[in-house]
Amino acid sequence: MARSVTTRHKVTATIFAWIVALLIFFPILYTIITSLKSETEAIAGFNLLPSFTLESYITVQTQRDYLTPFMNSVIISVGSTILALIIAVPSAWAMAFSPTKRTKDILMWMLSTKMMPAVAVLVPIYLIFRDLGILDSRIGLTVVLMLINLPIVVWMLYTYFREIPGEILEASRMDGAGLWQEIVYVLTPMAVPGIASTLLLNIILAWNESFWTIRLTTTNAAPLTAFIASFSSPQGLFWAKLSAASTMAIAPILILGWFSQKQLVRGLTFGAVK
Amino acid sequence: MGRITLKNVSKTFGEAKVIPSIDLEINDGEFVVFVGPSGCGKSTLLRLIAGLEDVSGGQILIDGKDYTNNAPAERGLAMVFQSYALYPHMTVRNNIAFPLKMAKMDKAAIDKKVTDAARVLNLTDYLERRPSQLSGGQRQRVAIGRAIVREPSAFLFDEPLSNLDAALRGTMRLEITDLHHQLKTTMVYVTHDQIEAMTMADKIVVLNRGNIEQVGSPLELYRSPRNLFVAGFIGSPKMNLIEGAYAQSKGAKTAGIRPEHLLLSKDSGLWTGTVTVAEHLGADTFLHANVDGIGLITARCDGEFGVTYGDRIYLTPDEGKLHRFDGRGLAIGNAGLAA
Ligand SMILES: Nc1ncnc2c1ncn2[C@@H]1O[C@H](COP(=O)(O)OP(=O)(O)OP(=O)(O)O)[C@@H](O)[C@H]1O
Ligand SMILES: [Mg+2]
Repeated sequence: MARSVTTRHKVTATIFAWIVALLIFFPILYTIITSLKSETEAIAGFNLLPSFTLESYITVQTQRDYLTPFMNSVIISVGSTILALIIAVPSAWAMAFSPTKRTKDILMWMLSTKMMPAVAVLVPIYLIFRDLGILDSRIGLTVVLMLINLPIVVWMLYTYFREIPGEILEASRMDGAGLWQEIVYVLTPMAVPGIASTLLLNIILAWNESFWTIRLTTTNAAPLTAFIASFSSPQGLFWAKLSAASTMAIAPILILGWFSQKQLVRGLTFGAVK
Repeated sequence: MGRITLKNVSKTFGEAKVIPSIDLEINDGEFVVFVGPSGCGKSTLLRLIAGLEDVSGGQILIDGKDYTNNAPAERGLAMVFQSYALYPHMTVRNNIAFPLKMAKMDKAAIDKKVTDAARVLNLTDYLERRPSQLSGGQRQRVAIGRAIVREPSAFLFDEPLSNLDAALRGTMRLEITDLHHQLKTTMVYVTHDQIEAMTMADKIVVLNRGNIEQVGSPLELYRSPRNLFVAGFIGSPKMNLIEGAYAQSKGAKTAGIRPEHLLLSKDSGLWTGTVTVAEHLGADTFLHANVDGIGLITARCDGEFGVTYGDRIYLTPDEGKLHRFDGRGLAIGNAGLAA
């Protein structure tokens, strides 16, 4: 009896999980399906079976250059992430291992900047960028995206670092490790999984960021998000081509996400204490 | 060698004076246990010796040499933590080898030492596992292994057994005592547990609010506690402390009698009382009784004593083992020593 109940529970849960997963994935799936249709099929209405033509991909390739925005996306997302980590690792470290009375307030304040709508600061940032002459530049975008994601990066690293038990570091000191050996043999191996998942998540966030990337670029520094947007032009909407462009834009990050999912999910739970 | 001397050591955290001033001598090869209520500064004192905390004042000498301002690594001490604090990303072998690698010992010597330690601690079959794949007792043995391979001048233990269940605690207690007999190295051991303190220690240090209340062998503390605090802290069940007419008749503000020094009878005795709780443990019986004119008294007798809630009993204190305390809580005379 008990067994059949749990089996039924499991089946229900599995079905439910699949439904949720499909709901979340459906827009992406439909984008891929649409990208494989001809332009007439695409506007014809809802249809899950495309004619599997690659015509849109070919047009997108010939009409626009894919490689430049792709390279821009890579440089901007990886660059902003590394920059953010360089700033966030020491600061999260300091807050996790020598907290003061104000540490929690500072963290809250950092996070609160994310609660503000981005449009609110669009004008000042636009003007600053114009005056500095870094509109439509990779440097400018990298810095903006770094700043946008910095609070999240600090928070994530802080929570990971907080889970490293201080007694393990003390144990290494008792065992005769100097500061440098403590960092190399004990701290780093325990911190790396946390830093790696923060890195991956932030690359994904930066890759998909479209508010600032579309508004602060025109051609030179335009990443793939702007590349997609450029297909919804005033001359009319071309659904199939737009979908093909989107698919090409998200494919790299989907592949990265797929291969690193283990790392993304993995926490720091090792069973070192208790 | 591992003689540790604390001279006038004090510690403050911000405003809080956790340890006002402590003088203590720990002899080479001694097993010293720090006991005291929670928050009295046992761990802080141990961490000061280890060098994990800086002293606010005073000196710490090891074998006569001043180590007050030396880093933990330079003091030649090993510590076993309550949480085990094993390196989660290393195998058992590498955990035990870590201090030797830090000491730049050569590979063959390390292997030999790790193998030896693993054999002593029954860890040979687990050398390639990670800490997360071990039981609590095995983890604690790895932590001890990591401490012994370095041949430190003293071991520091901070409540090493408190995460283990009662049975395992009993076994590990014997293992650590045995280890001390084999190695003859100084051990400083912090615990909450009466039994650990009484059975393992050569010398017990009773701490209260950062002050030493008394230092002595387990039996010294049991037989002649210097003051009310030690009297109430050492011994289980706790000593009965009686104020009022009875104490005055003995020339004291407070009279103390241990539960095992009360003679129980169903027919006659000095005091009469009503049983409130009877705990029958088989080997012995703990009776809590409301004694007329005295108050609540706990008594202990060997074997089975067949009474239950509400029964009338008679109790007679063994006056030769009575403890007397004055108005300041200090022991009068040495009544207890007579035993
Ligand atoms: N880093 C610290 N900052 C401020 N106060 C501290 C710090 N460490 C300890 N204390 C305080 O010092 C006092 C003694 O702490 P300690 O940990 O030494 O007690 P303990 O005797 O080991 O207690 P327990 O038996 O509960 O482990 C406590 O009141 C504690 O709050
Ligand atoms: Mg403690």
